[in-house]
Amino acid sequence: MTDIAAHLPPIRWWHSRGVRRFMRHHLALLGFAMIALLVLACVLGPYALPYDSLHIDMRARFAPPLSGHHYFGTDPLGRDLAVRLLMAGRVSLLVGFSAMLLSTLIGTLVGVTAGYRGGWIGAALMRTVDGFLSFPSIFLVLALAATLRPSPMMITVIIAVTSWMEVARIVEAEVRSLREREFVQAARMVGLSGRHIMLREILPNATGPIIVAASLTVARAILLEAYISFLGYGIQPPLPSWGNLLNGAQQYLASAPWLAIIPGAAITIAVTSFNFIGDGLRDALDVRDDHI
Amino acid sequence: MPGFLLNRFSQSIVLLVIVSIIGFTVLNFMPGGPLAQFGLDPGMTQKDIERLAEQLGLNRPLWIQYFDWAWRLVQGDWGHSFRDGTPVLAVIGRHLFATLLLMGTSTALAIAIGSWIGIRGATHRYSLFDYCATIGAMVALSVPTFWFGLVGIYIFTLKLGWVPAGNMYTIGDGSVPDYLHHLILPSLVLSLVHVAVWSRYMRTATLDALSQDFVKTARAKGLSERRILLKHVVGNALLPMITLAGVQLPSILTGALVTETIFTWPGMGRLFLDSLGYSDYPMVMGLLIFSAILVVLGNLVADILVALVDPRIRLS
Repeated sequence: MTDIAAHLPPIRWWHSRGVRRFMRHHLALLGFAMIALLVLACVLGPYALPYDSLHIDMRARFAPPLSGHHYFGTDPLGRDLAVRLLMAGRVSLLVGFSAMLLSTLIGTLVGVTAGYRGGWIGAALMRTVDGFLSFPSIFLVLALAATLRPSPMMITVIIAVTSWMEVARIVEAEVRSLREREFVQAARMVGLSGRHIMLREILPNATGPIIVAASLTVARAILLEAYISFLGYGIQPPLPSWGNLLNGAQQYLASAPWLAIIPGAAITIAVTSFNFIGDGLRDALDVRDDHI
Repeated sequence: MPGFLLNRFSQSIVLLVIVSIIGFTVLNFMPGGPLAQFGLDPGMTQKDIERLAEQLGLNRPLWIQYFDWAWRLVQGDWGHSFRDGTPVLAVIGRHLFATLLLMGTSTALAIAIGSWIGIRGATHRYSLFDYCATIGAMVALSVPTFWFGLVGIYIFTLKLGWVPAGNMYTIGDGSVPDYLHHLILPSLVLSLVHVAVWSRYMRTATLDALSQDFVKTARAKGLSERRILLKHVVGNALLPMITLAGVQLPSILTGALVTETIFTWPGMGRLFLDSLGYSDYPMVMGLLIFSAILVVLGNLVADILVALVDPRIRLS
């Protein structure tokens, strides 16, 4: 037995069918590369540029892109837009990622509980999901952000609290379909606890859809943060975020259009990349295809 | 049909109750609670506020307060604006038309453009057009509405000067062509995301309809492809889109809020932001609940419409 195993090539995670399919998906790979590049630029870039994101230089106000070392120009206070964009990227990407983690956690817990327990608990939880989905997300997020103190942590929590419903729905449907399968019945017969069955037996089978939903949730969270920061209720200056860089841009649209165009392009690139990744993962992890 | 209607109505009522509970929870998060406005009044001492809280029943258990609040909502007493004391519901009513005009126009645009792209993508599957439409839809879903709006203003107002940058009509004019002129850019901006959604769904629905037996029958009869498409496929593909229009409502309202802000459009979304700026909590609460009610009712209407058109649904 051990002899045979020793002669087989070792099985590594990148040999799995899911990874191979993901690699075939060119758009998803492009998205993945873009995100890697963005993260790298945001983490390292500010050290490479000769300006500080908060350094005010009144002689260099409204410098257009590519003037001197101001590659993306400067804002109304003469601050370098390139370095501010990268610092803002740190905040926006971090808020997006954290909000995704938190909302996936909430959604998974609610979904698993509702799907496994069923009955009136399941019904009550899923009707709550419907209730949250009835609110246009920005109304709910703005109402909460305007009344609670808008620190980056609080913004993350608010976004998570208003975007866990998709994950909950997906997980609930998945768990409900798995609940009556033989391996779950076997686990029940062996006498395993409900919590063990939910988290150890059923949940691992639902990871595919959860990962897909999570990558789309990052995209959504980044967009939501941008919306509320643009409207002035999200991340507060002087801490830059992609949304609040655009905050005053409308009034300078005629004289300094780059102030609006460049940060918006950054948001679009990041969100598009996450949507591409989500789409690729959907193809790669679709377990139903494995049976063909 | 009566059974279906009863079922659907009761579902909506349950949903409205849950919506109101969520709304009430948000209300209790607001700083200082419902008496926040008096906290700023130098003539009011802490004792006065406590006495007022007792008079208004704010020291009762939360669930009793909830029922009291919900009952007043049902009766149409949504409180008064902190800003000028006018009833909340009356103010919302004044702003409703502008929002519905914007949402209606942009939905119509999205359906027209999105359906065309979707149907063409399905009939020319895997063509260059289809490929571009697929990628384009995914990018369109990722563009922040406010940024698209700003770029639109930059190009079409500042550079080309074709359309005005904002407002619903020119003061002193207000004729129908003037309204339309102001409506073009905001409704196009608002429709972008929904063109993407509609085109994706329409493509799938058209492919689905094309593979049905009645299309084969129509082909066997010798009908032209164009006739088959218009008479047999599009109608069937559009049916599930009624439900989609209902499902899309929350996201249209979200887009409308942002679009109205950029284009100084005097609708509900702008009213919401203005009210936030003034800490006008009764107004904020009213709009929050009102938008959710609009969504619940919109979905109810969509489901009833589908059932009216499609006998398979109301009989199942």
